[in-house]
Amino acid sequence: MGETIILEVARYSPERDAEPTLQTYEVPFRKEWVILDALNHVKDQMDGSLTYRWSCRMGICGSCGMMVNGEPRLSCATFLSSYAGNGNKVRVEPLRYFPVVRDLVTEVSDFLGKLKTVKPWLIPQEEPPLTQEFLQTPEQLEDYKQFAMCINCTLCYSACPVVGLDPKFVGPAAIALAQRYNKDSRDRGAEERTAVLAHPDGIWGCTFVGECTRVCPKHVDPAGAIQQYKVKAALEWVKKLVMPWGDKDRQTKTEDVHNAAA
Amino acid sequence: MLPHKAPAYTEYHPRWYRPRVSVYWWLGQWQYLRFILRELSSVFVGLVVVMTLLQLRALRNGPEAYARFQQHLRSPGVVVVSMLSLIFVLFHTVTWFNLAPRAMAVRMHGKRIPEWWIAAPNYVVWIAASGVVSWLVLR
Repeated sequence: MGETIILEVARYSPERDAEPTLQTYEVPFRKEWVILDALNHVKDQMDGSLTYRWSCRMGICGSCGMMVNGEPRLSCATFLSSYAGNGNKVRVEPLRYFPVVRDLVTEVSDFLGKLKTVKPWLIPQEEPPLTQEFLQTPEQLEDYKQFAMCINCTLCYSACPVVGLDPKFVGPAAIALAQRYNKDSRDRGAEERTAVLAHPDGIWGCTFVGECTRVCPKHVDPAGAIQQYKVKAALEWVKKLVMPWGDKDRQTKTEDVHNAAA
Repeated sequence: MLPHKAPAYTEYHPRWYRPRVSVYWWLGQWQYLRFILRELSSVFVGLVVVMTLLQLRALRNGPEAYARFQQHLRSPGVVVVSMLSLIFVLFHTVTWFNLAPRAMAVRMHGKRIPEWWIAAPNYVVWIAASGVVSWLVLR
């Protein structure tokens, strides 16, 4: 293990460059350092013009996502020591499939726009009074908790080839978050989200590559969320075909909420 | 003083670098190649179905037609395609059986059941069905 490690960082200046180029920095190798520490060292000590996003340093804010040796990773959660055996070289590039604003900074407003279309917030049937608790059992929490762990880091978008090939695809994180609210016992917005989700650009755009789940730093399993929604949408379609006169499930769910609120 | 105006970010900003996705994107990573092979396996599944239908038609047309069909199956080209089909159909079956639990979040006593509880019955039915078919063919 050497005392230094080589960082190959993608640099792109919109005023100067037609496309990104790699710049090499030799930084001290410390076993407790993550990629973000090495980038901060470059910015503080070697090249103040290096541009990248970061905030919390602890895998919560989701802003420091980058391609590390071709893999979407949170740079605050990826240790330099993982790459020490690899010729002591680490390549850091901006997240794949996103437009690059500068160096390692990507443009995510397309993702934020898509996220908004699935209405990732609670849509109650009627606003409960502020003085009343909205009860939820541990089982009901368990139903959606995994999908609620998403930090919008967009690593899953960079891992998904469908996102790269079809810019209209709503994408893994947005669908997983829609499922987070669909599965919440306090929510009644599933029908409003269906128009966006059960659509060729929604769940049916997913070909189940499964990479979104593999790279997710919070173990959200967006691929699972999408496939589960596919099963649900297909069953709903059959149910409507066989029983066009009513939706008993929805009535039961509404009664549950009223009982819980009471 | 002029009123402050926020910069307008457009969808087609001329200065953002927009990398193009290569036609060979699926060669860059083993996981992508495996996905493409899984998708390609559907072609071989279709091929096996067509071969089975042709076999049934030959069977219906009498012993001579079936003997001709069997002779055709022994030709080197068909043997190679059959071997490839077997490999891809096995790959198709195993990958989809392993992916099935991801599409089914079944809960028991408030906890999600282990993935193998969903995958295992698929394998059991597959092995049992293969056993029955083998017995019918080889007896």
